[in-house]
Amino acid sequence: MSEYRLPSLGADMDAAKLVEWCVKPGEKFKRGDIVAAVETDKGIIDIETFEEGIVDQILVQPGTRIAVGSVLATYHQVGEAPAVSTVTPAAQTTVASIPSTPIHDAATIVVDTGVSDRVRISPVARRRARELNVDVGKIIGTGPHGAISIEDIEKASSAVVAAEEQPAEKLGAGMRRVIAAAMARSKREIPHYYLSTTIDLTRMLDWLEQQNAKRSTTERIVYAMPLLKAIALALKQVPELNGVYVDNTFHPSATTHIGFAISLRHGGLVVPALRDVDRKDCATLMRELDDLVARARSGHLRSSELLDSTLTVTSLGEQGIETVFPIIYPPQVAIVGLGSVVERAWSVGGMIGSRRVITVTLAADHRVSDGHRGGRYLAALDRLLQEPEQL
Amino acid sequence: MNRTTAKKDEIKALVLKNLFAIAPDLKGESINISCNFRDEYDLDSMDFLHFIIAVHKETGIEIPEADYPQLATVNGCIDYLFARQR
Repeated sequence: MSEYRLPSLGADMDAAKLVEWCVKPGEKFKRGDIVAAVETDKGIIDIETFEEGIVDQILVQPGTRIAVGSVLATYHQVGEAPAVSTVTPAAQTTVASIPSTPIHDAATIVVDTGVSDRVRISPVARRRARELNVDVGKIIGTGPHGAISIEDIEKASSAVVAAEEQPAEKLGAGMRRVIAAAMARSKREIPHYYLSTTIDLTRMLDWLEQQNAKRSTTERIVYAMPLLKAIALALKQVPELNGVYVDNTFHPSATTHIGFAISLRHGGLVVPALRDVDRKDCATLMRELDDLVARARSGHLRSSELLDSTLTVTSLGEQGIETVFPIIYPPQVAIVGLGSVVERAWSVGGMIGSRRVITVTLAADHRVSDGHRGGRYLAALDRLLQEPEQL
Repeated sequence: MNRTTAKKDEIKALVLKNLFAIAPDLKGESINISCNFRDEYDLDSMDFLHFIIAVHKETGIEIPEADYPQLATVNGCIDYLFARQR
């Protein structure tokens, strides 16, 4: 008999709330299957398994808050006899050990026990429900497909006695806390160095606009795609920026999975991985990023997507800022920051002209690389971006 | 004149519907139809592209990338789509 435990979902997660089981006792599962969905500060995450077997016993019920590493279920291998479990349901004891906040306890997601659809509600409406301490399970949504809107929440709340008001934690406090923990660990453990360079993107953007003019509205590509591709390809030339640092050792990665920071509409961010970026064309990357963004916002990222990035990219250009000073996401060893594309008077070959440029920053781990190598990386990136046809 | 107004109202409803589909949390909020909704409601380029695609699919109107800035406000969308509708 084996125990199925809640896996870690990254440096910044210590607990989650079980939302639903996707397997039931007696059911067979294999590597890569989604066994359960949990709600974390980063939304609902589908938990994949790396094991295979047959489920014996479910030990934790939906709605329970569980710590990383606690036993959720037991299973046995195919061909092995289903053992009688000696594990006591861990839920109650585990809950006590989690530094839970009142607002988390109040944030009950109501799920019709087990299989049916979860409540249709946007993250913002859910947050509003938390703020107002409204039980979303008791509301009939008036939005599309019965989705619960902010209006519905507020209506329901005004019906609730106002005297129940409590000193609530600030908006997004849960996610803020986990981000703070991961970033504090990064700043404490990783000796960062920072490099910055301005890259002329005019050629790449001109090329992309020509390409996009030939594409139909539905197939156009945003400039982040060739940029991500170039970022991944440049890692081949400076492999000490691509991988993870675990147990005082750097483990370079043969694959290039780029974690792309996606801000959530209600605040905070998630960083799911875009896989094998170096080996895919821009159209494929566009489709995959599209899918990741949609799932990041609606909840339903897969657990592996939160874990296997080998380098992170953060792009804050949308707000018009020029330079990002990013913090490495442990256990990775580097992060690339992208500012906004701006038009500048630029001198090329002795002539001043108007060029579209971007400031790219690199924060990297001094335990693994140094500024010289980091500089080579940014130079390689610049070179790749001057030959956009190759991307 | 009345037909113009009716058509523009129809287009406005279509624009708002697709905007809310991209950002469901905006539903129920009052939308200023002459302000840049990308900035005002924090839509990123991916959100905006989805909006353009949705409007294109519903109206059949091809929207070249170079025209995107004209569709940055609800009013801009109405004028743009009204001028190109058949």
